[in-house]
Amino acid sequence: MIRREALIDHRHDSRRYLIRALVALAGVMVVLLLLFIRLYFLQVVNYDHYATASRSNRLRLEVMPPVRGAITDRHGELLAVNVPAFSLSLVPEEIGDLDKLLAELGQLIDITEADIARFHEQRDRGRPFDAIVLRSHLSEQERALLAVNGHRFNGMRLDADSVRSYPFGPLFAHLVGYVGRISAKDLQKVDADRYRGTRFYGKSGIENVYEETLHGENSFRVVERNALGRELRELQRGVPQEGAPIQLTVDVGLQQVAAAALGDQAGAIVALEPATGAIRALVSWPAFDPNLFVRGISSRAYQELLNDPLRPLFNRVTQGQYPPGSTLKPFIGLAGLEADNGITSGRNGRVFCPGWFQLDGRERKYRCWKRHGHGPLDLVDSIVQSCDVFFYQLAIKLGIDPIHDYLTRFGFGAPTGLNLGRENRGLVPSSAWKRAKLGEPWYPGETVISGIGQGYNSATALQLARATAVLALRGKDVRPHLVAGENQRVTQPVKATDSSWSTVIDAMTAVVHGSRGTARAIGNDIDYQIAGKTGTAQVYQLSQAEDEKENRGVISKKLQDHALFIAFAPVETPELAVAVIVENGGSGSSTAAPIARKLFDHYFANQ
Amino acid sequence: MKSLRVDGLLLVILLALMVVGLAVSYSASGGNVAVVKGQLVRIGIGLLLMVMVAQLPPHFFYRLAPLLFLFGLLLLVAVELAGDVGKGAQRWLDLGIMRFQPSELSKLIVPLMIARYLSERPQPLPWIYLAGALLLIALPVVLILRQPDLGTALLVMASGLAVIFFAGISWRLMATGTGLALAMIPVVWHFMHDYQRRRVLTLMDPSSDPLGAGYHIIQSTIAIGSGGVYGKGWMNGTQAHLDFLPESSTDFIFAVFAEEFGLVGCVALLILYLLLLLRGLQISVTAGDGFGRLMAGAIVAIFFFYVVVNIGMVAGVLPVVGVPLPLISYGGSSLVTLLLGFGVLMAIRNDQKMWTK
Repeated sequence: MIRREALIDHRHDSRRYLIRALVALAGVMVVLLLLFIRLYFLQVVNYDHYATASRSNRLRLEVMPPVRGAITDRHGELLAVNVPAFSLSLVPEEIGDLDKLLAELGQLIDITEADIARFHEQRDRGRPFDAIVLRSHLSEQERALLAVNGHRFNGMRLDADSVRSYPFGPLFAHLVGYVGRISAKDLQKVDADRYRGTRFYGKSGIENVYEETLHGENSFRVVERNALGRELRELQRGVPQEGAPIQLTVDVGLQQVAAAALGDQAGAIVALEPATGAIRALVSWPAFDPNLFVRGISSRAYQELLNDPLRPLFNRVTQGQYPPGSTLKPFIGLAGLEADNGITSGRNGRVFCPGWFQLDGRERKYRCWKRHGHGPLDLVDSIVQSCDVFFYQLAIKLGIDPIHDYLTRFGFGAPTGLNLGRENRGLVPSSAWKRAKLGEPWYPGETVISGIGQGYNSATALQLARATAVLALRGKDVRPHLVAGENQRVTQPVKATDSSWSTVIDAMTAVVHGSRGTARAIGNDIDYQIAGKTGTAQVYQLSQAEDEKENRGVISKKLQDHALFIAFAPVETPELAVAVIVENGGSGSSTAAPIARKLFDHYFANQ
Repeated sequence: MKSLRVDGLLLVILLALMVVGLAVSYSASGGNVAVVKGQLVRIGIGLLLMVMVAQLPPHFFYRLAPLLFLFGLLLLVAVELAGDVGKGAQRWLDLGIMRFQPSELSKLIVPLMIARYLSERPQPLPWIYLAGALLLIALPVVLILRQPDLGTALLVMASGLAVIFFAGISWRLMATGTGLALAMIPVVWHFMHDYQRRRVLTLMDPSSDPLGAGYHIIQSTIAIGSGGVYGKGWMNGTQAHLDFLPESSTDFIFAVFAEEFGLVGCVALLILYLLLLLRGLQISVTAGDGFGRLMAGAIVAIFFFYVVVNIGMVAGVLPVVGVPLPLISYGGSSLVTLLLGFGVLMAIRNDQKMWTK
């Protein structure tokens, strides 16, 4: 019974639904017909109107790229600015015969093969209505010629651009870096919409690290153009948002003094304020003119830079890894004081330096730089006079792994965290490192030369400056940075007793101001106190036999020692810590130390 | 299709539409292969889900409806609380691997719920059931309106109302309801966002604001009109390729299609859509039970609303609301929803085949 009722009901429902479905279908047909009529009106009845509208529809949305933020030094002096420059661009879809146009343009202005190749590459990537730059940095004369003859060429645009310029040329090449034409690869790293219309991208240095900040926000304008692409009127204009300026901590004057002091020598200089970690000068020399890259460097000029034996493209400050040599002695000395192992206990520990050192039962003589020896001396004397034998013995007493641990605390062997692109970590060897890396056990002889910062040891100028600042502040954490607050890396403060710090700092002060100090030459005529340490790092391991012959004079310049100097001043209230490395500069005392003195003099005179 | 129960005719029409979609997306993106690849992945996912859903018995959806409805509401509340803001509206839910628009799913879940609620009810429908159905529709619609997404809210509402229509509401009640709805227009106008009002106003006279809201309509009608009878040819649409035509590969893709393929192409496309509708209606009319009928009818209706609202908007006869052109527009959420819907349709079809055996 129930079943049957349900069936009847079901059939009834079914019929009702069928009616509804047919009504719906009728509705669908009516609506579709209405749509068809609308389309018919648009596409057939009013076709002519819309076809004309489409042809003459030259309303264009044009991107207005933002002006890049300026980069200044700590006093607001401009290190990277934007200067107006005129550029010639072509709109592909408005050009008739491209080759003919290029030939005719070529008679008016210089157009290189590279310009044309770049134009083709961008045309293949872009859309036919996007203007593509053919030549930038037009001279006044070229601009005038094009403006006068402009009517002959379809699809040609002359635009006033703002182009990056570096007023100090090579001086900040490794610091500020440079921008170059944006590449497909660069575009993958950023929001493509934000970068529409942007032609340059920070390729290195601060320009690269702070690309997104400096870039700003683009905007659009709506213009009406006639069929030939000439602008008739502007209908709407947005306002691009200029990129944020970046103020660096560096000081143009100090940077100039540092570069001038190096002259034609290759080297690296870092000066920073210990209390804050603010870098006041950062020079990698020789450098190059970053303006070349903005314009698009020719491949020949680029090859020349690449093949230059002095490697001007190489950032020596963050990537150059040098044997720290004797500049490591204050740090190892401090390790000795803290370990309290007899040789360095207070001022009583003494060692006799006969001019050489031998490991028990071994033949090999490890020489002190002073041929006939220093005689008896303590830790302070050994730092002041940079005695090698004392530190050979101290290193053996300490052992390589404790030395490694102690140096690591000063930041050696690890990047400093400076936000300036790739940074090398240097090397502080340990027995574990050697086993892992070279698969060999550690030999005592290697400990000996590690004691004077030779052997496997290497450090960057930046690490040396930072470690010097940590020493100057008696162990406080120092984070080198170029923009306030940028370096977030936190390191453990180095712990040592007050007397240990004082002993080492007093010794370093005597290096400059003591009568026997290795850098006493820079201690004359001075109204403040410098604590420093010289270093002369061997590039070329002279064999003992050669050493005996004292043939240093005939060694070519390339194999001469690197000259190093680390220092901070004033000793009581350190305001500047400096690391100077002069490649193949000979000795630290005669080459590197005077450069540091110039930096201090300038800095304190201009505070 | 022996082991996989898939409706061959539906599948062929769906595939044809999606191929057209890929071709137009490729052209609209200026020849970007990545766009096509991305869309292919979405199509693959959508088809897979469709085939899976097609294997289930319709009764399964009947039982699942309340649960799905609750789940859908929860998702909408989640968007309200933690949604991603995209283009000024909070519609997206970030699922880690992909961002999803829960309001899309509502277009399917709401009619499903109403279909269950109204099937097997005495006829003609007593007004108490009608009121219940309207309340069930209002809950998600209000949440979607808050995002704010007027287009989707209207579609969800329409899909729910379609079920009520199919379920057998009396003609007199329907006339009264329509009258009431018309009377409500001033009230709705009051609650509309400024941008929504502007869209309606500019529809009346696009040239009043050629650079603002009217701009889309002017540009898209020029694109369609300049296509003429035969169109400018694939990849040759100059107008649609202008940067102006906004959303040229999503909501406004029909303008690109009409410009490149002309009236002939448009008619062919409308016929394809009509074939899909006819097949859907046929399945609904012959469905095994009341629930299947209502559900199938609702799916057909949603699909039809999509087509009409989108083409109407692009052709300048309906206000601009964000509704994609089904199976053609570039984008994931609506494609997946639609294919899920067709999966349900196939499931209903499979069920009736078993009945006739």
